[in-house]
Amino acid sequence: MANSGFPIPIGSVLALAAILFCIGLFGVLTKRNLIMVLVSMELMLNAANINLVAFSRIQSKPNLSGQVFSLFTITIAAAEIAVGLALLLAFFRLRQSSEVKDLDSHRW
Amino acid sequence: MIAYAWLVPLLPLVAYIFLLALGRRAPEGVVSSVSVALTFVSFLLSAAVFVAVGSHPEAATSYVFHWLTLGSRSLDVGFSVTHLNALMLLVVTLVSTLVLLFSREYMRGDERFAVFYQYLNLFVFSMLALVISPNLLQLYIFWEMVGLCSYLLVGFWYFKPEAAAAAKKSFVVTRIGDAGLLAGIILLFLASGSFDDSTIFAKVAGHSLSLGWISGQALTTLAAILVFVGAIGKSAQFPLHVWLPDAMEGPTPVSALIHAATMVAAGVYLVARLFPLFAASPAALTTVAWIGGVTALLAALIALTQRDIKRVIAYSTISQLGYMMLALGVGAYAYGVFHLMTHAFFKALLFLAAGSVIHAVHTQDLFEMGGLGRRMPITMWTFLAGALALAGVVPFAGFWSKDDILNATLQTGHPVLFVFALVAAFCTAFYIFRVFFLTFTGEPRPAAQLQHTEWSEAGEGGPVMQVPLVVLAVLATVAGFFNSPLNGYGLERYLFADAPTGAGVLGRTFPENVGLMAVSVVVSLLGIGLAAAMYWRPVIRPASLANGLRLLYVVSYRKFFLDEIYGAAVVGTGRFLAALVNAVDRYVIAVIVRAVGRIFYAAGLFLKYTQTGQIQTYGVVAGCGLLIVVVIAIFRAGGVL
Repeated sequence: MANSGFPIPIGSVLALAAILFCIGLFGVLTKRNLIMVLVSMELMLNAANINLVAFSRIQSKPNLSGQVFSLFTITIAAAEIAVGLALLLAFFRLRQSSEVKDLDSHRW
Repeated sequence: MIAYAWLVPLLPLVAYIFLLALGRRAPEGVVSSVSVALTFVSFLLSAAVFVAVGSHPEAATSYVFHWLTLGSRSLDVGFSVTHLNALMLLVVTLVSTLVLLFSREYMRGDERFAVFYQYLNLFVFSMLALVISPNLLQLYIFWEMVGLCSYLLVGFWYFKPEAAAAAKKSFVVTRIGDAGLLAGIILLFLASGSFDDSTIFAKVAGHSLSLGWISGQALTTLAAILVFVGAIGKSAQFPLHVWLPDAMEGPTPVSALIHAATMVAAGVYLVARLFPLFAASPAALTTVAWIGGVTALLAALIALTQRDIKRVIAYSTISQLGYMMLALGVGAYAYGVFHLMTHAFFKALLFLAAGSVIHAVHTQDLFEMGGLGRRMPITMWTFLAGALALAGVVPFAGFWSKDDILNATLQTGHPVLFVFALVAAFCTAFYIFRVFFLTFTGEPRPAAQLQHTEWSEAGEGGPVMQVPLVVLAVLATVAGFFNSPLNGYGLERYLFADAPTGAGVLGRTFPENVGLMAVSVVVSLLGIGLAAAMYWRPVIRPASLANGLRLLYVVSYRKFFLDEIYGAAVVGTGRFLAALVNAVDRYVIAVIVRAVGRIFYAAGLFLKYTQTGQIQTYGVVAGCGLLIVVVIAIFRAGGVL
């Protein structure tokens, strides 16, 4: 597969995306603060964006749709973070806490 | 004319629909007039058909239309007119007209007068349609419909618990028979590929009935016996006769029409119609003959001691139906049908006369009647005609037909059955004249005077009640001559014009059977004489005789304990099985079901602790799960696992 003038080998780019995704996942699963969880989630989304951009370059007929798609993802991520922060504020007013472990009203 | 025979059942159906449209508050006069008029037109048409068929030499005339196709087999509907059917049409329409007329007075003032007439019209339609059905499937449909009408009419006074119970009993008991009939019809259909009589007969005659697991003679016998089980149920033969006496809880005109003259004769008609099937199987014929003979004797013995006027006549009906079956069973096809006809007339007459008496004195207990002859001369004389016909006194109708049956039984070599029939004939003469003397002669019984103030006004019903009685009395007197030496056995020749194959004519010429005639008349007169000696001019005191023969009396009065035996054996077994099934349900199945529920409940008690509500724990578990799945998938793809 020709690299179409892309200077960095595709394997390195995908490895970067995978590492970024794993850092994000680790953050989501381990951070105690809700804000940090949201931030980690952004990392995961951006890992996906890197994948989209990389794959859009290495197709047999390279085009811009992968890059356009990642722009949409960024937009939606912005909206999502806004909603996430709004929920976080509401939760904070209710429980005086921003800890993940306090999100447990659905326990037995 | 024969092509218009379908109008005969249609007219009562029209009457039924018309009455339905009028509703249950319709004026009594309109309701009864319409019913009687339309049924009378039916009767006239039947008479025309009867005459037309007589001058019509060829065999069964069928008009069938394609109804639907099942695979390679097609089902037809339509109607068929044979000599037997034409005779049945005539008898049914005649008795129906008279009973509908009689009911006009008998049922006057009943709240559900219009409903009563609706049911009766529906019954007449079903019965007539049953008679002219061209195939067994259509016959079965109407067979069930007459059963339904019988149920509705027995339970007409449903607010009486006895009537409701009797209706249920009659429905359930006849259902046992109907199940047999249905099985027989299906068997014949599977074996012959057709519901059509003539196709089945042709295959039976050609010995080409066969199924995978049974064939030939055994199949013919099995099918005939199954069909006969249906006839046993409908015609109240031993051992399924127990429903008929209870069915007397219905209004008396119903008893006269359905439970004496027409519906209960449908079983006899069925056997007569399928006679070639029975004739092909000696075993089946023997069964029919023995069931008939035993029923004739058993019912006559029970009738000796019953106190209820309608029950005596009901047992008499069972007994006479037994005679008809006996005749068919010994191969005397024409005599069975002949007895069916004469019996329809004199038994309808006896029931209507009994109805007239009940209408006057409002009791059914024989020992609360007495001396009614002076107040009700027409009822008395017509009842006497019916009683003489039933007892078989020359020259009344019953004499000719019963004598033919006795003769045929003896000639075909059934001495035991002949003795049964002769003893039954003696009992018949005795019990019917016991009723006659207790009702119409002597003095009114004290109990009656005390209980019923209307006794002093007891008298004849209006002309509407008397006309049917007189017409039937004339028929009961002369109907025997339709098949007597005087007209060269006209009915036999009529029926044999298209007689089913195998219904052999019995070699009987008039002068030779005079001896037997004399014997049967003497037996009848002895029975009448004994009744007179006990209940008219008390030479013998009934009570002392009953005490002398205590055991026999109780056995007869309690109907051979058959109700009790069935109660213990059938109902008791049913209850036991129900209790057993209930216990299994309650203590096995329900326990298992509850155990399953408890297992999951207990599991939930522990597993609920995994629901911590910690979203990150869930995420770790889900992530690990995904990881495991991915690892497995990778190893499988690599061919390691």
